[in-house]
Amino acid sequence: MATFHFELVDLPREVETLRAEVRGFLQENLGGRAPDQRARSWGGFDREFSRKVGARGWIGMTWPKRYGGHERSALERYVVLEEMLAAGAPVSAHWVTDRQSGPLLLRFGTEAQRQRFLPRMARGELAFAIGMSEPDSGSDLASIRTRAEKVPGGYRVNGTKVWTSNAHLSDYMIALFRTQVVPDKKHEGLSQFLVDPQSPGISIRAIYDLSGAHHFNEVVFQDVFVPDDMRVGEEGDGWRQVTAELAFERSGPERYLSSIQLLIETIREAGTEPDERAAVAIGRLVAHLTTLRQMSISVAGMLQAGQSPNLEAAVVKDVGTCFEQEIPEAVHLLMGVEPRLNSGSQLERTLGYLIEHAPSFSLRGGTREVLRGIIARGLGLR
Amino acid sequence: MNDLQAILAGTVTRLFAAHVTKELLESAEKGQWPAALWQVVQESGLTLPQIPEAHGGSGGTWQDAYIVVSAAGRFAVPLPLAETVVGAWLLSQVNLDVPTGPLTVAPVHRADRLKLTRDGKQWRLTGTATGVPWGRASTHVVVAGDGGEPMIALVAGGGRVKADENLALEPRDTLVWNGTPVVAAAPAGHRLPADAVQLYGALVRSAQMAGGLEYLLSQTVRYVGERKQFGRPIGSFQAIQHQLALLAGHTAAAGIAAANAFRAVDKGAADFEIAVAKVRTGEAAGLGAGIAHQCHGAIGFTYEHSLHFVTRRLWAWRAEFGAESQWAAEIGRRVAKRGADTLWSSITRQ
Repeated sequence: MATFHFELVDLPREVETLRAEVRGFLQENLGGRAPDQRARSWGGFDREFSRKVGARGWIGMTWPKRYGGHERSALERYVVLEEMLAAGAPVSAHWVTDRQSGPLLLRFGTEAQRQRFLPRMARGELAFAIGMSEPDSGSDLASIRTRAEKVPGGYRVNGTKVWTSNAHLSDYMIALFRTQVVPDKKHEGLSQFLVDPQSPGISIRAIYDLSGAHHFNEVVFQDVFVPDDMRVGEEGDGWRQVTAELAFERSGPERYLSSIQLLIETIREAGTEPDERAAVAIGRLVAHLTTLRQMSISVAGMLQAGQSPNLEAAVVKDVGTCFEQEIPEAVHLLMGVEPRLNSGSQLERTLGYLIEHAPSFSLRGGTREVLRGIIARGLGLR
Repeated sequence: MNDLQAILAGTVTRLFAAHVTKELLESAEKGQWPAALWQVVQESGLTLPQIPEAHGGSGGTWQDAYIVVSAAGRFAVPLPLAETVVGAWLLSQVNLDVPTGPLTVAPVHRADRLKLTRDGKQWRLTGTATGVPWGRASTHVVVAGDGGEPMIALVAGGGRVKADENLALEPRDTLVWNGTPVVAAAPAGHRLPADAVQLYGALVRSAQMAGGLEYLLSQTVRYVGERKQFGRPIGSFQAIQHQLALLAGHTAAAGIAAANAFRAVDKGAADFEIAVAKVRTGEAAGLGAGIAHQCHGAIGFTYEHSLHFVTRRLWAWRAEFGAESQWAAEIGRRVAKRGADTLWSSITRQ
C-alpha cells in the first residue's frame, strides 16, 4: 500500500525568540482588536498592517535576499504564520503573495519578473488576487475556457473568472488561461499570466457572500491585452505550475485555526472553573487543535527538507477543515447561545460570524471531495 | 525516526509478523498463555526498550518504546508488553530492580485504593485491584499504593485472582491482597506523578490504538482493492474512497498524537500531551473501527475474519486507563484554569 508519512518535527530553539518578537508586534498592533474581528483573520485586508509586517521582514521570509527576501527557514516562516493566524491578524493583503505568487515567480518567473515584483511583495506593498475558477469550472479546474490567443507582442484574453477574492482591491492577479485548445487533453494548453486589473477590457463585479460581505468577484475579460513579458513560465506549462505548490497551500495553519477565536471565547465564557460538561467539550477541542498543529508542523518539516508531501498536505487540510467546522457546532451544543452579529456578547458575535463562514472552509483551496479523491489516489485506490 | 529506530521498527515488524498468527490469537482468546511468543520477545530485548541499562533494560528512549508498543497494537500482540514497559519504568524511577518476565500494573481504576503497611523491615500490601491487565499471567505486579506517602511496590503474582476479560478477551483480572508481603517497595518521590499508573497506562494504550488504526487502514485498503462488486473493485467507488480518506485522517492524527506524547515524556512533564493522545486516539479508534467494518461488509463481522482482533481491542482500549471524557475533562479544566488568553501560548510551549 502506498501511504502517508507523518514524522514529528522539533521546532528549533531559535524560533522561540522569533515567536516572542511576533507576539510583541501583534500585541502592539492588534492589542485591542475584538474577537469577532480577529475571527476574520486571513480574510482581513489591511495594507498598512501588511506594510508593517513587511518592514519587520516577515513576508517572503524564505526568499533569496537579492529579491528582497530574508533567507530564513520554512519553519521560521511557519512560526510567523501560526502566530499571525492564532491572533487573528488581518493578513489578506500579503497572504497571496507570500504563500503563492511569490514562490511561483521564484520558481517559474523570468529574472525580470522576479526583480520587478518580489522586492515590493516582500515589503508588503503589493496585493495579489488569484484567477482560477470560472462559471463552469470549479473542482474540474482543468476544464477552464478563458482564452488567451497569441497576438503580436502578447495575448488577447476573453472569458470570465469567478470567486476571485480581493480582485477589486489587488494590484495584480495571477490568472490561469487557455493558450491552446488540445482536443481531449484538457490539462494541456494552459498557461499562467500576471494581469493588471486596471487593464482596458477588464470589468470587475462584486459577488456578495451569504452574509452580505464583499470579498470575492466576477472578473470579465473582453479583448484584454496581456503583454508577453507577463506570462509566467513556459506556454502550456500552467497545469504543472499550479499543482506544484499545492502542498504549501493545503497544510498551513490557516487550515485548522479559522475558528480558534470562538474556542478562546468559549473558554472565557466557561470561566476558570468550568462544569464537567464544558470541561469535556473544551478539552476535546483542545486535543484536536494540539494534534492538528503537530500534523501541520510535520508537513512544514517535509517542505523544509525539500520534499513534496502533497498527500500529507491533503490529509491535514481535510482533517483541519472538519475541525474548524466542528467548533461552531460544538459551541452551539455546549453554550446554547444565539448567534448574533450585533450582540453585546463577543461569544455570540464570534459564533454568528463563524456559523456563516464555516461552509467556505471546506470549499476554498480545493473542496473536501477533491481532497478526499487526492487522498484515495495516494492510498493507491485510483 | 533515526537509523537505530528504523532498525528497531523493522525488527519488531518482522518478529510479530512471523509469530503473531491467527491461530496464536485464537488460542490466546481461549485462555492459552503464549509462552513461546513471550520468550522470543523478551530474548529479542523488546520488553524493556526505554529502561536504563543499569536496570537491565535496552537503554533507549520512550520514543523507542513507541515503536515497540504501537507495533504490538498493530499486530494485536496477546502479551502484557505495554504493561511491562510501564511497570519496569515505574520500578526504575524509584530505583528498584526490574525482574525478568511479564509485568503488570495496578491499580488501573482510580477508585481502587491499595494500602502498604510496614511490618518490621517488610512492607505488606492490602487491597483489591479490579481490571488488572494480564493479572493472572504476570510474574510480578507493580503497584502504586499509599504507605503514609505515595509508594511503588513490587509484588509477586499468583495471589488471589478472579479472572475476567475485556471485550477483546484479554485478561482483566481482579487481584486481592490481604497483608501480602511485597518483594520490594520505595517512596514514589518526585520523579513520578501521583497518578503515574493511570497516566503511563493511558500513554501506552494511545500507542497501541495508533498501531491498531494503522492495521485497520492497510487492511481496509487491501480489502477494497480485492473485493469486487458490480464488476469492479469496491475501492474504485467514490463512496468507499471517501470513507478511506477519513480513516486515513484519523489514523494520521492518532499516530502523531501518540508519538507526540512519547516524545513529551522523554522531555519531561507530559501529562497534557498524554491526555491529548488518549482523547485523540480514543476518538479515532471508535470512528476508525466503524469505517473499517463498514468497508469490509458482512465478512468483517465474522469471527473467521481477523479484523475483529484489532477492532475489539480498540473498543476496549479506548475505555481503559480513562476514556476520552475523563482525559478531555482534565485538559478542559487545565486550560480553563490558565485562562482563555493563554490557550495559544500553552499549546505552543516547547
